[in-house]
Amino acid sequence: MTELRYLAPETLDEAVGAFAKAGSAARILAGGTDLLVQMRSGILKPGVIVDIKKIPEMTAIEETADGGFRIGAAVSGMALAEHGKFGKVWPGVLEAVNLIGSKQVQGRASAGGNLCNGSPAGDSVPAMVAAGAIVTIQGPDGRREMKVEDVPAGPGRTHLKPGEILVSFKLPPRPPASSDAYLRMIPRTEMDIAVVGCGVSLTMKDGTVTSARVGLGAVAPTVLLVEDAAKALIGSKLDDAALAKAAAACSAACRPIDDKRGTIAYRTKVAGVLLKRTATIAAQRATQKN
Amino acid sequence: MNVVTNNKWIGQRTIRPDGMDKVTGRAQFAADTTMPGMIWGKILRSPHPHARIRSIDTSKAEKLPGVKAVVTSKDIVDFPIEKGAVMLGIQDMRWMCRNVMARDKALFPGHPVAAVAATTEAIAAEACNLIEVDYEVLPWAIEIEDALKPDAPILHEFNKWEGKPSNIVGRLEHKKGDIEQGFKQADIVIERTFTTRPVHQGYIEPHACLISVAPDGKTTIWSSSQGQFMVRAMTAHLTGIPQSDIRAIPAEIGGGFGGKTIVYLEPVATLLAKKSGRPVKMVMTREEVMRATGPTSGSKSTVKIGATKDGKIVAAHGTFYLQAGAFPGSPIRGAAGCSFTPYDIPNLLSEGYDVCSNRSKVAAYRAPGAPIGAYAVECVLDEVAEALKMDPLDFRAKNAAKEGTKAAHGPVFPRIGYLETVEAAKASPHYAAPLGDGNGKLRGRGVASGFWFNAGGESSAQVNITEDGNVVVTTGHPDIGGSRAGIANICAELLGIDYRRVSVIIGDTQTVGFSNLTGGSRVLFASSMVVTQSTEKIIQTLRERAAKIWNIDPEAVKWENGAAHPVSPNAGQFEPLTLEELADKAPAMGGPIGAGVQLNTQGADGGFGTHVCDVEVDVDLGIARVIRYTAVQDVGRAIHPGYVEGQLQGGVAQGIGWALNEEYIYTKEGKVDNPGFLDYRMPVCSDLPMIDCIMVEIPNPKHPQGVKGVGEVPLVPVMAAVANAIYNALGKRFYALPMSPPKVLEKLDEPIRQAAE
Repeated sequence: MTELRYLAPETLDEAVGAFAKAGSAARILAGGTDLLVQMRSGILKPGVIVDIKKIPEMTAIEETADGGFRIGAAVSGMALAEHGKFGKVWPGVLEAVNLIGSKQVQGRASAGGNLCNGSPAGDSVPAMVAAGAIVTIQGPDGRREMKVEDVPAGPGRTHLKPGEILVSFKLPPRPPASSDAYLRMIPRTEMDIAVVGCGVSLTMKDGTVTSARVGLGAVAPTVLLVEDAAKALIGSKLDDAALAKAAAACSAACRPIDDKRGTIAYRTKVAGVLLKRTATIAAQRATQKN
Repeated sequence: MNVVTNNKWIGQRTIRPDGMDKVTGRAQFAADTTMPGMIWGKILRSPHPHARIRSIDTSKAEKLPGVKAVVTSKDIVDFPIEKGAVMLGIQDMRWMCRNVMARDKALFPGHPVAAVAATTEAIAAEACNLIEVDYEVLPWAIEIEDALKPDAPILHEFNKWEGKPSNIVGRLEHKKGDIEQGFKQADIVIERTFTTRPVHQGYIEPHACLISVAPDGKTTIWSSSQGQFMVRAMTAHLTGIPQSDIRAIPAEIGGGFGGKTIVYLEPVATLLAKKSGRPVKMVMTREEVMRATGPTSGSKSTVKIGATKDGKIVAAHGTFYLQAGAFPGSPIRGAAGCSFTPYDIPNLLSEGYDVCSNRSKVAAYRAPGAPIGAYAVECVLDEVAEALKMDPLDFRAKNAAKEGTKAAHGPVFPRIGYLETVEAAKASPHYAAPLGDGNGKLRGRGVASGFWFNAGGESSAQVNITEDGNVVVTTGHPDIGGSRAGIANICAELLGIDYRRVSVIIGDTQTVGFSNLTGGSRVLFASSMVVTQSTEKIIQTLRERAAKIWNIDPEAVKWENGAAHPVSPNAGQFEPLTLEELADKAPAMGGPIGAGVQLNTQGADGGFGTHVCDVEVDVDLGIARVIRYTAVQDVGRAIHPGYVEGQLQGGVAQGIGWALNEEYIYTKEGKVDNPGFLDYRMPVCSDLPMIDCIMVEIPNPKHPQGVKGVGEVPLVPVMAAVANAIYNALGKRFYALPMSPPKVLEKLDEPIRQAAE
């Protein structure tokens, strides 16, 4: 029987050292809501588990000097929800993070784990992509930054190099009249996995969209940044024609599969429907704050 | 028999005796049991939907350190097919012996082919991987249509239908009048074909057991089931151990819904325990539950109904094909026998076909077969009512079966409450309420009715008065719906004492008399009969004791409010003798006080329900949600209204899942692709509205408290009620379940069909 070693380092350097040393046998443990399930079902049999929750930076929520936020990769959904200000500035990111699993799971699950799990259906990822989040990664060769949309490489895979650990998400400062939203389609009302997920972040001026980003999940091997949808929104007043054009861009960006969770036709259509609804909510939020 | 009136406890929402343990986590389920020296059993399962087993080599597994025993079909008692059926309840042991362990063929992915017991679960699992099975992989068929094709792979070559090998393994029909003549009288005839997918009972607790076989052969089974006597009998049959040597102890049960009326693990674990000399524990994973335990049938039904212009149904024909899975036994009796039963139809033919296919063997699921049949019939009735421009409830009321109606499956109805359920639904605040604005979503309302046979059968009980004058009732039925609370209410009522003084426990097979399964909505009906008779015997004893003490005639003593009293001042002037006082005096007055009764109970009346459902459909996403639901049911007598309502609500919740999202999905290799609760989508709380219940009480005259079974009826109408509501919302009819978002959206995107229909 294979042995399993559990490590809980208190510094990032130690964690990176242990993780790199153990090689492919090692797995990072944040909330464990994916890892433990995969171990239980026999998909994964790691030899070493590196628990990163004892590292202060990993569980910290900071407001940066420029007015942005830095969210530790292991911050739980519940901790993020309880932060006084984050949800006011990034309501879409927060609602996406809070959709991961049940209430019990929320006490553990983190956006970092959600991203590194590599699922195209991870709820927080399209919202982070829409938000323009930058991730900080630390590995044996030191620190580097990456756009969040560049992290996923395919189902279950990321572009992190061997030994690298996701440290935090950096969210940019918000201009006035900016907001975001995330919606997902699930057959049930909760305790489910996105058939399509859509995050929209935008900034408005006098009723016109001045900047926008759109993230789309569960419709391709990785979460997508849909620039054509954003372009259709920018400069518009979110009139029906602009929304239809953005929706069509989302549908066009889809490269989904037929599977037990939904059909190609269904996902393609729903991607557009969700874009319209998500953009409308984000715009309402952005203008309400004026 | 006295029908009890002016009740103090019957009809009260008393605290469930097992409630505290369950909400605090103290309750002991099968997987919670342990024993010194215990080892773990694991099952090796077929990866193929259909394969001949050429050979099994277990030698490498047996040599693995830590492995204590290996079992294959050679160890299981064989029931040769050619020797004919050996029935245990509705199960034929010829199929059971092949279901618990494949013999010559593996018939579904997940079919057990061998089992290992080892000192750890991990070693047992590793040993399973070391077992070499030589399979000859065969073509397979899962869906009914595939299994019925002329060139379909045949699961059981010995089975012939119309002279040829076939997967049709059984047929039954119920007939009344002449349908050909009947349809000629009809002004309108509608015929439709429907399909439903297999759905699982979805109990939260996976199958589990711990089994010890002592060197002298005495066997103890702790397991989760809907019948410890069924566990004992099946284990005895399949292992050759006499029933008198097997003590089956019922654990608390985490849901069954019919799916725990058969065994999977117990015979295998018993043989592993016997071979290894160690207690063996087995716990299924959720995946094993989904792959290898019974869902109910998928189905294909065709229903034709003819009615006259004035709204009278004159003829009906139903043909129900049900998927049995690997072995014969799909619930065609429920589909063919229940679906038309709420209605007085002069000319009727209802046929059921039992179809084998390469899927796990069907197991009972709440009113087995009846919801499948009712879905088809009640949807067609909705179309007929619409064509006749009649209110669907008025249409049902006009055709309602009543006292004196002869049902096609045999009985002439006594006083039944079907019409009252329709009237109560019509008069309900729900039916009168406007649908309201869906704020962009489309809303609709549907109705449907349903029937289930209900059952009586064997039950035993022992009621004992403790030395301090309280009461212990032992019954033989696992409590899956609050039966302990109901029995406590009845016993307290009869004895005239506080219900908290009555402790109701479930005996094991060696401490209480034979009691048939918890199933068929029979438990409270049957066990309250034997408990009532036992308690009446005790009351007789108590009156005799008091008479002896007072030196008067026992007939001059009455039992009231928990004490013996003289019937009148003429009988004598005595202070009442309470239960406590009589218990205290028991040793000197003839000994311990107790009584047991064992009966094959008769007189279970069928149950009827009528449901009203409102849905709201998001037409851009294809999501239908139930936003209001009212279940009306003739419950006979609600002994414990809280648990009656619980049954109604639970049945409706399961039906909504079946209607909207639940289904077995298969890979192209024929394996279940969604063997877990993430992708097998049962409803969660937030998917459902509060389900309103209207209990119509038409007491069963053949039962001392008027009890009718209530547990199964509430699942029967649901899928049709939801489907009819979705039609009402969208103007498009669905003829297949589930009505899941991709399917709804696909339908909405279909071009509108031309006027041909």
